[in-house]
Amino acid sequence: MNSLANTTPEMLVISPENGVLLAFRRDYRLAMRSRGEIIQALVFFVIVVSLFPLAVGAESALLKRIAPGVVWVAALLSVLLTLPRIFASDYADGTLEQLAMSPYPMATIAAGKMLAHWFTTGLPLALVAPVLGVQFGLGTSELGVIVASLMLGTPVLSMIGAIGAALTLGVRGGSILMALLVLPLYIPVLIFGAGAVEASMAGIDYAANLSLLGAGLLLGALASPFAVAAAVKISLD
Amino acid sequence: MIALAPPSLRVENLTLSRGGRPLFRRLGFAIRSGEALVLRGANGSGKTSLLRMLAGLTEADEGEIFWDESVCKTASAKLRLNALYLGHANALKDDLTAIENLADALSFDGVNVTQARQVDALERVGLSSRQHLVARRLSQGQKRRIGLARLVLSGKPLWLLDEPTNALDAEGVALFIRIIDEHLLAGGMACIATHLSMQIHAPMRELSLDEQVLLESSEAQAATPAAGINEVAGVDGAARVTHVAHIAQAAEAT
Repeated sequence: MNSLANTTPEMLVISPENGVLLAFRRDYRLAMRSRGEIIQALVFFVIVVSLFPLAVGAESALLKRIAPGVVWVAALLSVLLTLPRIFASDYADGTLEQLAMSPYPMATIAAGKMLAHWFTTGLPLALVAPVLGVQFGLGTSELGVIVASLMLGTPVLSMIGAIGAALTLGVRGGSILMALLVLPLYIPVLIFGAGAVEASMAGIDYAANLSLLGAGLLLGALASPFAVAAAVKISLD
Repeated sequence: MIALAPPSLRVENLTLSRGGRPLFRRLGFAIRSGEALVLRGANGSGKTSLLRMLAGLTEADEGEIFWDESVCKTASAKLRLNALYLGHANALKDDLTAIENLADALSFDGVNVTQARQVDALERVGLSSRQHLVARRLSQGQKRRIGLARLVLSGKPLWLLDEPTNALDAEGVALFIRIIDEHLLAGGMACIATHLSMQIHAPMRELSLDEQVLLESSEAQAATPAAGINEVAGVDGAARVTHVAHIAQAAEAT
């Protein structure tokens, strides 16, 4: 028993991939432990989308026309609701300090956390969206485009949102401030995401919209881990 | 990891103010291998800020931190690889069990510890029957004990501990002191902020942040004046003299 203190532990390999993987596994497991939150966000998404046919009436031409915008706005709000999950509890219980002190670079941990967030919010939304699209009378090809645009767009929502969430840590009334910070930055994603679906409905080429979403995804993947790491550092100081 | 050459931490000219109020000015001290520095001071005297600065979580206004005699940028990878910081918060996830929390913390510390040794360490801190209980169901003291198990297993040479004995019972405090002694005996270093007068057997010095006075314990080699206060800062608040029985010599402040 006494030898415990004296045995030198084996070091793990401190590589960026391991940092991303560790953080992803940690956050994914934590999200799975409180599965209720994932389901709540999904139910919120379903309810908001379902409110529109009730509010504007069952006129199929109108419903079909507003479908892309409705699905995308609902997805955006639903992601917004889950953003505090990324950092708020870690900040409150002191684990964020420990993550920041880890020998793994904070940017890699941030990347893993954003990936886990998308995996437990954006991905389920994209998978549920076609079912809701049917409510609006969308065809198969349009449903495919909705899924594709959400698959490309929601990771960007997670990345931009993580920056906002990290910046507003410990701020009083932080969640509203975060929404004010993040929503304007979500506008391009909304325009290109809903635009892709609208284009496919109009029979025009929607590849340009998806390409722009993809470009945003690449840019976000490159820049956001560093931005989040810097924001976390500021919030902890 | 205990390196080949005995590691050392040195701090020079450290200055920090919070909210326009100077906490300390031109603070300088060193912690050598096998030595503990105990931080004393009234509430708000800057103990936590100093520890967070050593941990690289807070940026100093001025001054340098040296690890193994080379300057460390705050939050440098080298410092983070060698230091373990236990703060006020227990840094546990309520939804994870004791052993899952321990395993997670250790993997983010960058050390690879077998499950068997984690179980042993939890047994040593008195949590063997609680290891599969989620942290939410543990008492404050039991949560603290997970931190002790992490200290034992991490193998980091520098321990930065903020009120580590909070919520621990008498037996827990005794265990904590044994763990610190073992660590120092093995060549480790510790910087501990506490109100308790601890009977550590290894060389121990006290830094009073109220007066910025460094006190040396009898066991410490008084010959090497590696530690000294460059200047006494005019920190407001009543000057408080720390009386500790086994302090033999008080290094004079300028």
